[in-house]
Amino acid sequence: MSEHQTHFQSPLGRVRGHGSAKSGTHHWWMQRVTSLAMLPLMIWFAFSIASKAGAPWEVVAEWIGRPFNAVLLVAMIALGFYHTASGLQVVVEDYIRPERSVMLANLAIRSVCVLLGLLAALSVLRLAI
Amino acid sequence: MATFTLPKNSTVQPGQTYKAEAGATNVRSFKIYRWDPDTGENPRMDTYEIDLDKCGPMVLDALIKIKNEVDTTLTFRRSCREGICGSCSMNIDGLNTLACLKPIEDVQGEVRINPLPHMPVVKDLVPDLSQIYAQLRSIEPWLKADSPAPPDEERRQSKEERAKLDGLWECILCFCCSTACPSYWWNGDRYLGPAVLLQAYRWIADSRDERQGERLDQLQDPFRLYRCHTIMNCSRTCPKGLNPAQAIGEIKVLLAERES
Repeated sequence: MSEHQTHFQSPLGRVRGHGSAKSGTHHWWMQRVTSLAMLPLMIWFAFSIASKAGAPWEVVAEWIGRPFNAVLLVAMIALGFYHTASGLQVVVEDYIRPERSVMLANLAIRSVCVLLGLLAALSVLRLAI
Repeated sequence: MATFTLPKNSTVQPGQTYKAEAGATNVRSFKIYRWDPDTGENPRMDTYEIDLDKCGPMVLDALIKIKNEVDTTLTFRRSCREGICGSCSMNIDGLNTLACLKPIEDVQGEVRINPLPHMPVVKDLVPDLSQIYAQLRSIEPWLKADSPAPPDEERRQSKEERAKLDGLWECILCFCCSTACPSYWWNGDRYLGPAVLLQAYRWIADSRDERQGERLDQLQDPFRLYRCHTIMNCSRTCPKGLNPAQAIGEIKVLLAERES
């Protein structure tokens, strides 16, 4: 081996690294909780919106504006974007290095999800209020 | 960063073929990964034709026969030849397993043999396991208790407490599971992998151990534990029929319950 060796840190030192982050449980648990909560909401949403196919704007707007529907829609939007952000975070952590790029990518994902979520929620509320 | 292609110097080339001796009737080809760090050449797949009528039933028997009678340069680890030492773990016919427990007749057609996937190779079928051994060391796989052991007696366990270790103590640390895990391939520098996490749970589940909380603290990490995405390759490949994915699931449940 004529190559110049640049790393002499022991395997154990590398593996211990900077220690445990003491986190991850909440993220893991919320991913499960949100996906479970999304299940009935998505079924309800798919059937409701399919039954409005071809209906005029006024009918759909009136349906969205009913308090019960509006609340469920806002809940679905909040859970959906939360779930999207945490799911994409896993993808980024899996495949992107170095850690600094992971931090930046996660910030970008969360910003986009929050903005899109607010936009969607406000659209529902405008029809409802 | 995850890499999906082999670097140029790791691309596997076709190798040489060692023909079976004349008159052999029950011939099977073994295609074996060869790489020698001293030659500077790329790895290659050599083909050895073996007369199964003059060979033991397991893949390890064929490897030993090749090394003894055909090509002494073939390098692999082996020791007990009965599935207890965990030395001869390798990828046979696309699945990580122990060569000593894998019957040749279970493989259709030619028998392809590679080293454990995604590990640095020392030579031929011998992977460099120093990182995974360091990961095992990092979870401190030994009994930790502050209460003194009873004098002149071992620490006691009920039958029920002892039963919780079944399916865990049988692990022989062959690392077939960890090297079958895509998550471990991508993030093996920080993710502990199924074999080490099963060992971690083996001590968490031990009623005699008094440091469960510390052990859980050490595992509660997005990379050390939560890179497990229940792909289940670990449980599918385990040559001892164990279920590392379940052990990892138990750790996740314990951590979630601790927070609630």
